[in-house]
Amino acid sequence: MEWQEDGIVLAASLFGESELIVTLATASHGRHRGLVRGGASSRQRGTWQPGNLVRARWVGRLPDQLGHYTGELIEAWAAPAFEDADALALLAAACAVADGALPEHEAHPKALIGLARLLARLPQGLALLPDYVRFEIALLAELGYGLDLSSCAATGRNDQLAYVSPRTGRAVSLSAGEPWKDRLFALPPFLLDAAAPVVAAAPVPHADILAGLAITGHFLEQHAFGIHHRPLPAARTRLLDRIALAASIAPAATETG
Amino acid sequence: MAGAEIERLIALLAKLPGLGPRSARRAALRLIAKRETLLDPLARALAETSAHVRACGRCGNFDTTDPCSICADARRDHGLVCVIEDVADLWALERAGAHPGTYHVLGGVLSALGGVGPDDLAIGRLLRRVQEAAASDKPVREVILALSATVDGQTTAHYLSERLKPLGVAVSRLAHGVPVGGELDHLDDGTILTALRARRPA
Repeated sequence: MEWQEDGIVLAASLFGESELIVTLATASHGRHRGLVRGGASSRQRGTWQPGNLVRARWVGRLPDQLGHYTGELIEAWAAPAFEDADALALLAAACAVADGALPEHEAHPKALIGLARLLARLPQGLALLPDYVRFEIALLAELGYGLDLSSCAATGRNDQLAYVSPRTGRAVSLSAGEPWKDRLFALPPFLLDAAAPVVAAAPVPHADILAGLAITGHFLEQHAFGIHHRPLPAARTRLLDRIALAASIAPAATETG
Repeated sequence: MAGAEIERLIALLAKLPGLGPRSARRAALRLIAKRETLLDPLARALAETSAHVRACGRCGNFDTTDPCSICADARRDHGLVCVIEDVADLWALERAGAHPGTYHVLGGVLSALGGVGPDDLAIGRLLRRVQEAAASDKPVREVILALSATVDGQTTAHYLSERLKPLGVAVSRLAHGVPVGGELDHLDDGTILTALRARRPA
């Protein structure tokens, strides 16, 4: 059997001397792996870089087999990020999180669209951080563990939402959460704007980004990585370190967006 | 079919890069047929390599001496250190004869997929080397990051750059662009893009 579809390269690891095992995120076949013959050659290696959009053709005898990929590059999203450490950190984190969280052969087109939107705008660097947090929230929602930030879990009202419950993923208002605020996640205001523009109009402080990533990290760890006894990807940890460093080194320039 | 010794030889040869079971069988047959001219000299060379070749304690290169012949060479520019992934890259640079300085072999690159972190590479040793050189009469002036143009290679380059700059050393990287003999219509979009960005006055 065979199929052809556009997909984002999530990971590529060397197999033998000249072959690659490539993981793609596709709209209808989900996260899907395949062997690329000669993928490690100088001619093909640039195509199969994580973050690139490729038009892939998969051939295999049975759907569950590894099979073989051939493909051509549609969008080289990885190469422009090479010069910018922040863009590269975002790319590596997004691909590693998607690779670790998405189940194999299950279609999650919304997660793919979120990832593609993010990768297409990598040259914006740390200004993309609010969208990166939203990408992780969308990924959680696709996996069935969406956060509910529409109203307070205790009062049902939607004013002064200030916390997120680490147990249910629901928002909690300032007054209702006050007695348990040490056990709740702080809810950064930029996550309340569900219809946020692609690039936020108002800058988002790094502290709010870190608060958002603490929420998504908790639920990703609990529902996507922890169940496989795996830690969150090192690439995501390095991104968090970069944000924390940026916030501490240049307090005057801690605004993103 | 063959004796246990020959099967063992074939099995070991098949583990070498570029050789599968079939080509390993052919290589074993050739070795046995050319005992005096191939098999015995190869066995001696392997024994000597195993007995004497070590990784250089300073740069990680393979040599029979420690420090290696490159690190011990007084004609080399010890203020210029080229960081590479493995010894194969060092040999490639030496073949080109383009680098007058010394080297530092990392032993790989950071890889989220492969589970390779900073502690798995010779990064700490590189930082110590630069710091120790700064206190000596031969400080390191520049570190050239000659790492592959891949996501993992460039992530490692940025990681190193951010840790080397506070030590007061200049950090540079290899250019990315059109290879010698390359034609534009055969290049991928990423290479063309980086080549255009790295353009210089003609």
